[in-house]
Amino acid sequence: MMLHRRQLLAAGATALLVSPLGGRMALAAAPTERRFVFIIQRGAADGLGIVAPVGDPAYAGARGDLAGDFASAPRLDDMFALHPAMASTLGLYQAKQALFVHAVASPYRDRSHFDGQNVLETGGVSAYQLKDGWMNRLLRLLPAGDKAIALAATVPMALRGPVEVASYAPSSLPDASDDLLARVTAMYEGDRQLHPLWQEAMATRMLTGDLGSDGGKRAADTGTLAAKLLVAPGGARIAMIETGGWDTHSGQRGRLGNQLKGLDAMVAALKTGLGAHWDNTLVVVATEFGRTVKANGTGGTDHGTGSVAMLLGGAVQGGRVQADWPGLGDAALYEGRDLKPTTALDVLIASAVSRHFGLAPAGTAKALFPAMTMAAGMEGLVRG
Amino acid sequence: MADKSIALNRFGLGARPGEDPGGDPRAWLDQQLARYVAAPPVLAGQPASGTLVAAFADYRERFVQLKRAAGPPPAPPSAMAPPPMVQAGDDPVDALRRQFNQQSRDLYNGAVTARALAAIQSPAPFAERLVHFWANHFAVSGDKMEVTNLAGAFEFEAIRPHVMGSFRDMLFAVERHPAMLLFLDQAVSVGPNSPLAVRAGNRPNARRNLGLNENLAREILELHTLGVRTGYSQADVTEFARAMTGWTVAGFGRGPVAKFTGATGRQGDFVFAEAMHEPGSRTILGRQWSQQGEAQAAAVLDHLATHPATARHIATKLARHFAGDDPPPKLVARLEANFRKTGGDLPSLYRALIAAPECWTPGAVKFKSPWEWSISAMRAVGTEQLQPNAVPGLMVQLGQPVWKPGSPAGWDDVAGAWAGPDAVLRRVEAAERMAQRTRDQIDPRARAAEMFPDALSPTTAQAIARAESNSQGVALMLVAPEFLRR
Repeated sequence: MMLHRRQLLAAGATALLVSPLGGRMALAAAPTERRFVFIIQRGAADGLGIVAPVGDPAYAGARGDLAGDFASAPRLDDMFALHPAMASTLGLYQAKQALFVHAVASPYRDRSHFDGQNVLETGGVSAYQLKDGWMNRLLRLLPAGDKAIALAATVPMALRGPVEVASYAPSSLPDASDDLLARVTAMYEGDRQLHPLWQEAMATRMLTGDLGSDGGKRAADTGTLAAKLLVAPGGARIAMIETGGWDTHSGQRGRLGNQLKGLDAMVAALKTGLGAHWDNTLVVVATEFGRTVKANGTGGTDHGTGSVAMLLGGAVQGGRVQADWPGLGDAALYEGRDLKPTTALDVLIASAVSRHFGLAPAGTAKALFPAMTMAAGMEGLVRG
Repeated sequence: MADKSIALNRFGLGARPGEDPGGDPRAWLDQQLARYVAAPPVLAGQPASGTLVAAFADYRERFVQLKRAAGPPPAPPSAMAPPPMVQAGDDPVDALRRQFNQQSRDLYNGAVTARALAAIQSPAPFAERLVHFWANHFAVSGDKMEVTNLAGAFEFEAIRPHVMGSFRDMLFAVERHPAMLLFLDQAVSVGPNSPLAVRAGNRPNARRNLGLNENLAREILELHTLGVRTGYSQADVTEFARAMTGWTVAGFGRGPVAKFTGATGRQGDFVFAEAMHEPGSRTILGRQWSQQGEAQAAAVLDHLATHPATARHIATKLARHFAGDDPPPKLVARLEANFRKTGGDLPSLYRALIAAPECWTPGAVKFKSPWEWSISAMRAVGTEQLQPNAVPGLMVQLGQPVWKPGSPAGWDDVAGAWAGPDAVLRRVEAAERMAQRTRDQIDPRARAAEMFPDALSPTTAQAIARAESNSQGVALMLVAPEFLRR
């Protein structure tokens, strides 16, 4: 059998990778069939503008112009309506594959994006307290064959840590020649930082072929690309997708609508690309914190606290909005301005993920969110 | 790493062919502080922010007119070159938008290319590195439409003239520049009890979109001066935002704001609009600020410019940039003391960095960002000219589009942000393409020795020597471990 040069190169890379991990591989259980995707909304997504509590008596007064998008929006139940830009997600909801959890927040209670994202990604209770990400710690609980990939040029904080994680974003640069790649492999051999990075790059390149050539700039392309990486034999089981542009201080109605259209297309492309694997898939969409209940002076909202999280996928027990609803009346607001969080985002994630992968809930919670006190996990989020 | 190599690579932007720090690398760096040119000839053709603001305001006005009347587009605005011909049968609104976007792209590409050429050609690369450092500290992001064209002018007008001055002067230039006022929504922030808001509220069809926006006030405290978690509260942010109302841009606003602001003056200039200002005295950081009008926020900004927390914040970021991702505490403490003693004199800080042993440790301390890597690569191959979209395109592909960090925090200055598998692969792809354009005119063995005097590893030297061609050797040099770090 003749092997293409690129395959030879990748085969060499794999051989080098396996040797230090041999013991772990030998003991490992069979890789899981379950797929998990975390979509992070960087910039503080306005939960009240995504799943709107239109049945709350204080809603219309508090939101003013921002309520306009929900005049004829599809109702999810007596209280909530979904932003009309999310048509595919509505379809998932009707098929009981979408669960919205409202008034959630991480343990972070200030309003800096950068600190808030650090808490959301590390799983700590304050910024920079933990040095690795909860998704990297999740990998350590799973069979050794289960790999993760970030759809980004570099590995985001949630996936950083001792377990090697690949990152991949479509590149429009022409492929470098195989001969140069082989020489670079040799040159990085003795470099402790570059050697493992390069092995990951080569292994990923082997898996993705020429995917990068079709752009991948738009959200749907990213969803399709993530799906391809997740269905490839020996490919990743866990993926993280970064989305930005949620920091809507001004002109929120148009901007948020476009954002949600993109997110909706990304999820739809993921579902299509995953095919039969969608039944075994859990997608979590979450943001670092929410936005103010009232609009500011520039048609936008400022940094707030509680927001909405989404659980999507064939593995989800969906078709409902779960919320211990705090209300939007002035007296009910957190610090007089924000949606008061009544559900802990870390409890939600730990409960969903442990059930999804068949892990013990308490141990998973302790590993992912070490300071979390999970008095009672949340039940009924994911099909076992 | 030998001292010469550290001066060239860690402090500078990588050697140009023939560049040699001589026998005293520290003196070579110190001389660059005097040699620095704030407005080099390569930036001479760049449009001023006033011109750019005028063009944008014109565009918006024409856009609104067209939308309203769906008639033929009026004559092009006088401030800009004549637009390309409008195609027959085109929707005039689409045509106008396309034409403006094309102009924006050209302006942006021109400014990025000028910035790159200034860095590539500079005989004071240490000073140019500091320009990039400060532009990132006070980041604006051009992915917001109003800012796309202005990001270059912001760096050329607010950063470059003050790099060898005081932190206070740079801070004032930055916070009064139209790019910053528009990027962080300050230009449209209105005091709830200001004359403007009161008048608007009395009108029968009261517009709702007049009010306070705390975006810039927050980021000044969190990112520009004191730093996050340094003890200020949400109330301080809101009070500071109230003090800042009225700080806006002349000739930009339209609609209710423009009508009543009295923000007169040359388009694009900073202006204080009394009508937007929240009256009364403020309480910020435990102090009473009883100044009135423009002087109120200026007094707060003056206080912040020399605040001990600001000194520590700036000291930490500079130390991280020159001594490693985890900045040595003793160096931070010395820089902080230096800042406090001089009241934020920037050249004194740079001299303290040159004198600091922590900045001269032999092993590489930093993984280069895509920008640093690209500039050092173009210096290494002796780039003289650039196609208009070469650098903008390269920076998108490498993951660091110039002036578009997406967030007011700017780009991260730690290896974790840049040292990813895909990121390294992209540099290899870019290096090969760049090397192919050198057409085997460079001897990579000699050039590598020049780039890293007494600091080239045997592995790299061997890889280059064994390359199948000069250009492959150049590609290997550009992605060698020595070249990816500094």
